Parts: sequence; C-alpha cells; structure tokens
Amino acid sequence: MSDAATKTMNMIEAINSALDVMLGQDPDVVIMGEDVGYFGGVFRATAGLQKKHGKTRVFDTPISECGIIGVGVGMAAYGLRPVPEIQFADYIYPGLDQLVSEAARMRYRSANDFICPMTVRSPFGGGIFGGQTHSQSPESLFTHVCGIKTVIPATPYDAKGLLIAAIEDNDPVVFFEPKRIYNGPFTGYYDRPVEPWSKHEGSAVPEGHYRIELGKAAIVREGGAVTVLTYGTMVHVVKAVVAEHGIDAEIIDLRTLLPLDIETIEASVKKTGRCMVVHEATRTSGFGAELSAQVQERCFYYLEAPVERVTGFDTPYPHSLEWAYFPGPVRLARAFDKIMKD
Amino acid sequence: MGQHQRENLAPLHLHIPEPKFRPGDKADFSDIIVPEVDAIARPDEHVAPADIHALAYGLVRVLDDENAATGSWNPGLSADTLRLMLRKMLTLRAFDDRMFRAQRQGKTSFYMKSFGEEATSVATTMALHRDDMCFPSYRQQGILITRDYPLVDMMNQIYSNRGDRLKGRQLPIMYSAKDYGFFSISGNLTTQYPQAVGWAMASASRADTRIAAVWCGDGSTAEGDFHSALTFAAVYNAPVIFQVVNNQWAISSFSGFAGSERTTFAAKAIGYGIAGLRVDGNDVLAVYAAMQWAANRARTNNGPTLIEYFTYRGEGHSTSDDPNAYRAAEEYALWPLGDPVERLKAHLIATGEWTHEQHEALVATLSDEVKAKQKEAEQNGILGHGLHHPFETMFEDVFEEMPAHLKEQCAQMLEEQHDKFGPEWEAR
Repeated sequence: MSDAATKTMNMIEAINSALDVMLGQDPDVVIMGEDVGYFGGVFRATAGLQKKHGKTRVFDTPISECGIIGVGVGMAAYGLRPVPEIQFADYIYPGLDQLVSEAARMRYRSANDFICPMTVRSPFGGGIFGGQTHSQSPESLFTHVCGIKTVIPATPYDAKGLLIAAIEDNDPVVFFEPKRIYNGPFTGYYDRPVEPWSKHEGSAVPEGHYRIELGKAAIVREGGAVTVLTYGTMVHVVKAVVAEHGIDAEIIDLRTLLPLDIETIEASVKKTGRCMVVHEATRTSGFGAELSAQVQERCFYYLEAPVERVTGFDTPYPHSLEWAYFPGPVRLARAFDKIMKD
Repeated sequence: MGQHQRENLAPLHLHIPEPKFRPGDKADFSDIIVPEVDAIARPDEHVAPADIHALAYGLVRVLDDENAATGSWNPGLSADTLRLMLRKMLTLRAFDDRMFRAQRQGKTSFYMKSFGEEATSVATTMALHRDDMCFPSYRQQGILITRDYPLVDMMNQIYSNRGDRLKGRQLPIMYSAKDYGFFSISGNLTTQYPQAVGWAMASASRADTRIAAVWCGDGSTAEGDFHSALTFAAVYNAPVIFQVVNNQWAISSFSGFAGSERTTFAAKAIGYGIAGLRVDGNDVLAVYAAMQWAANRARTNNGPTLIEYFTYRGEGHSTSDDPNAYRAAEEYALWPLGDPVERLKAHLIATGEWTHEQHEALVATLSDEVKAKQKEAEQNGILGHGLHHPFETMFEDVFEEMPAHLKEQCAQMLEEQHDKFGPEWEAR
C-alpha cells in the first residue's frame, strides 16, 4: 500500500490513475490506441494523459488492431513497456495473431533473447446495449493460449492495483475491463437504479502506486453452503442475488484467470461442498468449462452436487433481447435452487 | 445454385492467375524488361516520395551487361569490400549446401536455402550499421553470416542440440540473436513487419540513432500485417526500411497470387506515400546502393522506404518441396538477371581484382571451413539423438516465473520419462 491519500474513484478514474502513475514512474511506458490521445479514449480511460505526459508517450493510432499489437511487440523488443488499448474486446481479433503467435511466444521461442512486457487493455462484456460487436467476452480465447496472462478486475481498487502489476509484469497481459461497471457496480437488476461506485468500498483508491499480485483471487463474501467462482461484472450480480435470496454463498472473485489461484478455489470448495461457476461469456468451451474441470479433478470427493455453470447463451450477443441473454438474477436464482437441492 | 444471368449482359468471368511456364515447358523470360543502368538516375536522399514514383516501376542497376560498375547508383565500394561481400555470399552458399545435405542425411527435420538471392541478405546488411536492427523472414541467414555470428551456433540451432541457444524449441533456421541485431524469426509470415515499425518508432521516440530493416517475400506481402505496417510507418514517419524479396515463388504459387500481374511490389509504396524502389536483386552493388539510399533517408528523418528486390528463388522453397513438380526446369539458368555470386565474381575479375584460381581456392577453403564447423556442431548432437537440452527446459520461459500449473505438468512429464527410461533415467 502506498502512503498517498485515498480518493473515491470509479473504475475509469482508477484505470486512468494507474496509467498516470506508471507513465510518471517509468519512462518506458507508452500508451497507444484508437482515440486515446487528445480525446482521451471513447470511455475516457486516458483522459488528460497526453496533455500531461506528451505526445510520444500517449498517442492515437490508425484503426488497425493488427498494427497496434504488432507495433507493441516491436516496441517491447526495443525495451519499452507498451500499454495499447483495443477500443472494444470485440475488435481484438485482427490482432490475435500478433498476440497468440508473437507476444505470447516471444520469450519462449527466443529462449529469453527477446521478451514482451506488453499489457493490452480492452473493455469487454455486455449489458450496455452494444449489440454483438460491442458486448463480447472473449477471455477464454486468451486463457487457452500459453504465454499470456489474463486479468479482469471487478472494483476500482482492484483495477488500479492489478493494472499496475500487469504493466510491471515482464510477460504479456490481456487486461479486460468490464465496461458495464466502469461507472457503478451493476447488480443485474437492470430495472433498478444503478448505485454509483462511491457507495461501494472498492471505490476507495490510493492516489499513488500500489500493486495487487497477479494470480491471486479474492474472497469477496465468506459463506459455507456453496462456492461461487466468478469475475468482472458478474461478481456484483452474484453478490446482489445472494443477498436478495439469503444464500450462504462464498463468492470468489478470480481477478486473474491465468495463472489461476486454484489453491483458494480448492480450499473453498472443499469447505462448502458445492461449486457454481458464473460468467457472462458464451457457455461452450468458456472459462467455466476449465474451472468446472479443475474443481472436479481436485474436489470430486467433497462435492455434494454437480458443478453448476451459469453463463451467457451460445448465441451472438443480441441487441433488443440483451436481458434475456445476460446471466442475470433469474438464471442465477434457478441455478442456486438447483445446486442447493441436490 | 444461385446463378443469375440477365440476357442483355455478358456473363462475368473469374480470373485465376497462372504462371507462364509449368513443368515440361521451356521457360522464356524475354518479356522481362531490363532497363539500362541509370535509366532513372539516383535522386537526392531527401527527395519527396511523390517525385520518384517511376523508381517503383523501374529497375535500379549498377552492374551493366559486361559487369562493369557504372552510373549514378554505383556505391563506389573498394575492392576489399567487394571481396568481403563475395566471401560472405560464398560462405552462405557453402553453409546452405552443407545444411541442406545434413537434412537429407536425417540429421535434422528441415532446411531452407537462399540460393540465388544471397545478395538481398548480404549486401543489405553490409550497407546497414552493425547496430541497426534486422527483422528477417526465414531466408536471411546471410544477415547472421555477414555479421560474423558463429556458424557453429547456427548449426546447433538447426540440429536443436544441447548447444542450441534457443534450447531446441524452434524449427531449424528460426534463429534469434539480439546481440547481433537479429530479431527472433517467427513461422507466421510478415508478423515481423509491424514489429519492425514498432521498434523503429521506439528508436525515434527515444532520439536513438539506430534504424530498423525488415524483410519479407513477394507472396507474404498479401498478409494484413504488411499493410498495417506500411500504414503505421507512413503515419509516424518511422525510420524503417521495408524489403520485399521478390523471388517469384511462394512455395508453389507464383507471384501473380500476390498481385504481380497488376503492378510491382515496390509500387505498393506509392499508395502509402512512402519512397519505393525496384531493384535488380541479383546485382549486389544495386542492392547495396538501394539499401544505403534508404538507410540514409531513414537516418535523417526522411521516413520509410519500400524496396523490392527482383530476384529468383534458385531452388525449392525448403527441404519439403520439389520445384520440378510445379515450375519449368532450368528457370534459374535462364533467368535474365543471372546469379548474384557469378556477377560479382565477373565484375571483380573484369576489374583485375580477382582471378578464377583465387575464386576456386576460396570456394574450396570455405567448404572445408564449413565442414569443420559442422563436425564441431555435431559434437553437441543432431536432432533426435538424445543430446538435447534437459527435459525441464520445455516448461521454462513460457513465463518469466513458472506458474503452479506448469510446475505440475513438468513433474508429470518427468515421471513419464522415468516410466519410459527406468534406471537409465535415474542415472542421467
């Protein structure tokens, strides 16, 4: 923890603060992406940073994700620590080869001759009426790739500490930001007013430098009846449903998907005997499948019910029927009923 | 089947490119236009790209039909420099021959020669500074040889043996040598293009003095990375030199599948507003001169250049294909721009700086040297014969620190080896 003063921040402000701290502290840090410079990003994550740190540190790029990430790999080979932004996770695919075949493999294929300390930031997830090209959750594409770390924060405090740790990490990190909770911890009850971050303890963010170690989950609610493994926006949805229905659930916010904090997961599931996996991404081959497999391998004899998956459906993210797609309170309540009955 | 024809309109026609010659045909390259030396004189290095469009369609030459060095592009290199250039190309040729043969003898899995296009890696590297950064494709082993990288280390990599600096992880010839300004080679094509731009942008942003040079083939200019890279380089005026080694063939696909029926590869520069040069790739002096011109531009913040080396892939793509199955025999012998080594040799002999006897003696000496290095490398093992890096190294360098799941998998792999080798494994 830093000695610096603590301030109430929403997630965008916390991310902006992390970037500001790193730009100030490490001359190798460079930020680039579509609209990130003068304008400060479509979600304002880089607002004011170009003015403060200069145009060669924070700058706009052509609309070419392949170019953004490929150029980042080259900058990292030179010795910089690039932090490119991909405007929406849905746009990351043109850069996938540069991430999967290049960034992720650089240390291994060159036997440490070249490394790639690059952090790719990208807003992801739905619930904002973004349709099928502004709502996706592609995290399992990256957890499947050896050589990349995948990090997803759920609070402003975690977002800043994890992002600083990601930038300081000497390997490539994909940092997915749950854009539905940039401005407040969305509970999934979309017809109720959204609370601002200021009413949430996770909005107390130190102004200076601090890190949250990658690969460590957080138990955000202790409980004895069922373990819920989740991350990002869904942490808050699960918390709200658990409170609404008075369920004695232990909720684990994974924070880093890879490397996975399997020790925390294993201890919790062995304690509760039940495990539910919750993510917004499509179900088949989603990260929930990996979690379910690992829990089954390690905790089979402790389980009193099959591992339950609560996810988005295997369709593109629909526009008008967004709330029928989203794994919200109704789907979660049904899953809790099922897992607690078994 | 979705067919829809209006009677008053002619039916559409899909064009599938076809090379002019296939096996059984007699190649005839008489339609290739070889302009005179200095058909377009060397412009000032500060010229605006818009003022030199013709160079993207011409052919920079220095060695004329009698192998005399003439014209405004002549870099005026000393005889010593030219003999060094010849020596490097002959070393490369000797190295390629031995390693190709080693693959045929079952000592490794794969090899790729650069026969016929040696100038594009040797002369270019000589025109760069030693600390400039090279981002090669898979056929520029001449860069390492020109920068005096140890041949034994190259061979160790090809054999994936216990001496391999890359720990036996990469397909043969996918070297990496940061200390020699040689970037790690990917197997995915043209990914190095935006990376070179990123490196050059970083260098410029740091007010460094080093520039980047990057190579790809004619076929792989079709990759999106090529176009992303040229866009970024143009936008940020990056100090980078793009090179397309147009050796006419991408495995079995002729350059028409990368668009060569429509325009030159150098002319791609025009759309991006950067300088473009088309160069006789088998004329070492022209290759050197073009790189020197482009490097001087980059060094003086005059931006990127795209150079096309018009050359010919003298042999197969790699040890895995037989060119007789898809192209006419003797194409290389009939190639109108000759062979880069033979042309430099003829030039040196014509100027009284070299003799046939010296040449034969040098070829024999280099062959012996390469053979001796090969023996030395084979002391470290050949592929599949046990002398590899320790098994544990398979799990190292995926990340800087090995995470728990890889430690677990590493332990599993070691148990498997124990099961497989028993007491022998214990005694290792």
